[in-house]
Amino acid sequence: MHSTDFVRRFRSPGGDRKITRRINIDFSLLLLLLFLCAFGLLVLYSAGGQDFFYVKRQLVFMAIGITIMLVIAQFPVRFWERWAFIFYGLGLLLLLSVLLFGVGAKGAQRWLDIGFTRLQPAEFMKICVPLMISAYLGKRFSPPIPKHVFWSAVMILLPTLLIVRQPDLGTSILVFTSGFLALFLAGLRKRYLISSVFLALASMPILWLFVLREYQKQRILTLLSPEADRLGAGWNIVQSKTAIGSGGLNGKGWTEGTQSQLNFLPESHTDFIIAVLAEEFGLLGVILLCITYLLIIGRCAFISINAQTQFGRILSGSLGLTFFVYIFVNMGMVSGILPVVGAPLPIISYGGTALLTLFIGFGLLMSISSEPRQIRTQL
Amino acid sequence: MNHQTAFSDPIIERKLFIQRMTFAGLCVVVLMLILIARYANLQINQHKDFVTYSEKNRVHVRSNPPSRGVIYDRHGEILAENRSSSNLSIIKERTDDLDGLIGQLGKLIDLSQGDITRFYKRLKRSRPFEQTPLKFNLTEQEQAILAVNEYLLEGVKVSAQLKRYYPKQELFAHVVGYVGRINEREISKIDPIQYSGTDSIGKTGLERFYEAQLLGKVGNEHVETNARGRVMRVLERNEPESGSNLTLHLDSDLQKIAHKAFGNERGSLVAIDISTGGIMAMVSAPSYDPNKFVAGISQKNYSSLLQSPGKPMFNRSIQGQYPPASTVKPLFGLIGLERKSISKSTAIEDPGYFVMEGIERPWRDHNSKRGGHGKGVDLAKAIIESCDVFFYHMGVKLGIDAMADNSKFFGLGSPTGIDIPGEASGIMPSRDWKKRSRGASWFNGDTINMSIGQGFMLVTPLQLAVMTARLASKGRQVQPRLVKSINGIEQSPIVMPDDFLADEVNWDYIHNAMKDVVHSPKGTARSIGKRMKYLIAGKTGTAQVVSINADEDYDKSKLDKSQWDHALFIGFAPFENPKIALAIIVENGEHGSSAAAPIAKQVLDAYMSSYQVTHQEISADFRTHDSVNATQLASHAQH
Repeated sequence: MHSTDFVRRFRSPGGDRKITRRINIDFSLLLLLLFLCAFGLLVLYSAGGQDFFYVKRQLVFMAIGITIMLVIAQFPVRFWERWAFIFYGLGLLLLLSVLLFGVGAKGAQRWLDIGFTRLQPAEFMKICVPLMISAYLGKRFSPPIPKHVFWSAVMILLPTLLIVRQPDLGTSILVFTSGFLALFLAGLRKRYLISSVFLALASMPILWLFVLREYQKQRILTLLSPEADRLGAGWNIVQSKTAIGSGGLNGKGWTEGTQSQLNFLPESHTDFIIAVLAEEFGLLGVILLCITYLLIIGRCAFISINAQTQFGRILSGSLGLTFFVYIFVNMGMVSGILPVVGAPLPIISYGGTALLTLFIGFGLLMSISSEPRQIRTQL
Repeated sequence: MNHQTAFSDPIIERKLFIQRMTFAGLCVVVLMLILIARYANLQINQHKDFVTYSEKNRVHVRSNPPSRGVIYDRHGEILAENRSSSNLSIIKERTDDLDGLIGQLGKLIDLSQGDITRFYKRLKRSRPFEQTPLKFNLTEQEQAILAVNEYLLEGVKVSAQLKRYYPKQELFAHVVGYVGRINEREISKIDPIQYSGTDSIGKTGLERFYEAQLLGKVGNEHVETNARGRVMRVLERNEPESGSNLTLHLDSDLQKIAHKAFGNERGSLVAIDISTGGIMAMVSAPSYDPNKFVAGISQKNYSSLLQSPGKPMFNRSIQGQYPPASTVKPLFGLIGLERKSISKSTAIEDPGYFVMEGIERPWRDHNSKRGGHGKGVDLAKAIIESCDVFFYHMGVKLGIDAMADNSKFFGLGSPTGIDIPGEASGIMPSRDWKKRSRGASWFNGDTINMSIGQGFMLVTPLQLAVMTARLASKGRQVQPRLVKSINGIEQSPIVMPDDFLADEVNWDYIHNAMKDVVHSPKGTARSIGKRMKYLIAGKTGTAQVVSINADEDYDKSKLDKSQWDHALFIGFAPFENPKIALAIIVENGEHGSSAAAPIAKQVLDAYMSSYQVTHQEISADFRTHDSVNATQLASHAQH
C-alpha cells in the first residue's frame, strides 16, 4: 500500500454485487452513450451526402472507442491516480513533438503522423490535464492552499500555451477549461475564482492585440455581425443559422434538409453537424439530444458525488462538466452565439481522435463508478 | 485551520465538493436552457425568415431568353436570323482565384488581351452570381478542350446562345440594322426582367425600330441548385415566347441588283411600291457587314469604318440630304399649272440665261450649251429637256408660298415617317423657315434658285422616292413602310386622308412629259429609253455641289471629284399603270442621265421581268390609248 493511502477497504455488505458492477460497467451510462452513437450515425449518414463512407469509418472509431472505454473501466481508480503524471508528461511530450515534427493544414500544425493514422495530441490533453490536476489535488488539502493552486495553474497553462502555439484556439480553451473545472471542484477558494475572472477580463485586450491572429479576430467580429459579409467569413454562420431556423419544430425530415444536402452548409459532417440535425429533426430533435446529454452529465454528477476518493470525485466531476462545455461551445458556435472555433459536437460529429478521447473519459468515469464501496476512517 | 499540520477532513471535503457540484449542475441546466431557447428562437420565432433564406439558397430563377423574331424579305428570304453559338463565361463568386482561372483558361484556349479587358469591364456591371461572358463563338475544338477540363475549372460555364446573324451581310445593313451588346445608357432604359438573359438589343434600322416586337417574352425556370451552383433539378418552367417575325416589302433580288449597280459609286436608291407605300429596295452605298457588330466590334474595325472616306455607316437613303435639282421640276410644273401661274400653252424664249429686274447677276441655264433652248419652250419641253429658264420665269410668278405649301403634300420638308429611326427631314424652304434659321427675309433670288431645286432646298432620297410615288399615283398620300406583315398579320398601308387634288388633265400632262424624258428623242434620259421594252416616266437631275458663276462653264477637270455634281434620277413604271416609283442619287456622279438613269433601268428591268408585267400587254394598252385597265394589270402583276 502506498504510504499516502489513509483509507481501509472493505467488501460491500453481503457481497452480492451486481454483475454489471463486477465487470465494472456503468450500465445506464453505456446505454445513454449507445443511444447517442446510434443517433449520431443516423445524422452522419445524412450529413455525409447519404453515403456510408463516413458512417463506416465512424462506426469503426466507435467500436474501438467503446472497447477502450471498457478496458479502461477494468483498471482500479488507484492505477489511474498513480500513473496520472506519466500520462500528463507523455501528453506534454507529444505536444512538443507536434510543434517540432507535426503535420498540418491551413497554416496550423496539429497532427502527428504515426504511420497508419494521424493523432491530434491536443485532444488527449483534454483528459490528461483534469487527470493530472485531480491526482495532484486529490492527495492534498481541500480547499487547496496557494502553493498548490500555483502548481496546478502551471500544470494547466503549460499544455494550454503549447496548444495555442499550434495554433488551435478552440482546443486550448477546452483544455484550459477542463483543468480549471478540476481546480474549481477541488474547492478553489472564491477569492481565486473572482480574481481569475478579473484576470481573464483584463487579459482580453492583450489577447486581442498580441495573441489572437487575424482570422481569429475575424471570427469574433463575424459573430457580432455575420450578415456584414454574407459570402465571406459570415457565410458559415449565416448558412448554419439558416439550416437550423428552416428546420422548424419538426424538421424537414431525415435526408431532406436542403441546406445540408445541397452543400450550403460547411463542415456539415464535423463541427456543424448539429445544424444538419436541427434542420432535419427540428427543435424536437435538438431537445431530445439535449436531454440525452443532460442525462449523461447527470449520471457523471451522480458518479462523482458517490465517488470514494477525492481524486475520483474531482476527476469524474470535471470530466462530466468538460463534456458539457464541449456541447455548449459547439452548439453555441453553430447557432451564432459564440465565435467559430474548431470544436466538435461530442459523439455526434465525425472524427476519430475526439471520439477516442471521449470514450477514454467515459472509461475513467466507469472505473470510478465501479470503485468498491469504502468505509472511511480517520487514521 | 492550519493546513500545514492538519489532514483534510473527508466529510468536509465531500461537502465542499457536493456544494461545488450542485452549483456547477445548476449552471449546466441554466446554460442548457439558454441553448434550447436559442434554438427555439431560431426554429420557432424566426422559422419563416429562415425558410425564405433556405429557399432563396436552393431555388434560383433562371431566365430563358426568347429567340428574337426573324426578318424576311417579301419572298421569305431570310435577312436576319438566330444562329446558335457557344460562349465561355465565368461566375466570379464560384471561383476562389479569378486571375488564376483566367490564366489557366488562357493556356487551354486562345484568349486575346481584348477579350480579357472587355471581360473585366463587363464584370464591373455584373450582378452577384451572374455569368459574365469571357469569349464568344467558341470553335468546336475549344468547346471540346473546355469540356475535358471542366472539373479543373470551377466557376467556368460554356453555354449555347442564340446569336443574331445577317446572311445577306452588307446588302441590308442600313435597312435591317443590327443588334449589339446592351450598353450602359440602354441598360437604364430597358425592363430588366424582359432583358434578363438577353444581352443584345437593336441598335439601328428595323432591329431598333421594332425592338419591342422582335424581342419576344422572356421565360424562366425555377431550378434547385447546390452551393456550387450546379443545377440539381428543374422545379418549374415557363417557356419563353419568341419574338414576332417581320416580313418586309423589300425584294432581295431588286436590292441586290441595285446594290451591284452602284459599283464603287457612293449614293442611294429607294424604290417604293406605289399602292402600299412598301419599300421594295433601299440601298445606301457603300455599305458594311452588320455581323461585325453583333458580338461587339473591335475598336480598330469600328474606327476604320467611321474614318472610311465613303462613310459606309451613313444611311444615305434617309439621312443624306441633297438638292433635288431638276427632279423637282415635274412637281413645280404641276403646282404652276394648278395655281394657273402658267398654262399648257405658256411658252417662253430661252436665251440661256435669266435676268431678274434689279439684280445684276443673271441666272444661267445649267442644261444647255450657250444659246439656250431657243424659242417656244413650254412646260413639257422644259421638263423633257430640263430647261431652267422656263422654271425661273414660272417660279417668280408662282412665288415661294405656293411652292412651299403644295410641296408638303409630296413629303418634302418633313420626315416621311418610315419605320426605321434616324430619318432626316430635309429642307422645304419658306419665308418663315428662312427667318427662323437664317434670320433673313426671303428674296426673289431665293425663289429663283429654288424653282430648279437648288438653293436652300434639300431632300433625302427617300423623300424623293415618296414624291415620285405620289406624282405617279396622282396625289395619293401613302406613308412609306418597310414592314409588310408582323407574324403573318398583314399591316395595312398608312394613307393620309387628304389627297393632293389636281385636275386630271394636268396630271396626265405631267406624266406624259415625264414619259417623254425617257422615251422621246430629245429627252434627257433618252439613252435608257432606247432599248426599253416597256414605258416609264422619269426625270433626271444634276445637283450642284459648288456654285459656278454664270459666266463660267462647269469644267470637271478643274474640280476635285468630291466637288463634282451629284447625279439624280426619279421615275415610275409602268407608265400606264404605275406600280413602282424610285429615286436615285449618285454622289458626284455628274449627270443624272449618265450616272443615275442606267441604275434605274437595271432595277426596273428586273422588276418588270420578275413581276411578269409583260411589255406586249403594255404596248397594246398604250397603242389604243384606252384608259388603263387597272384591275386586269393588277391581276397580272400578282402572278
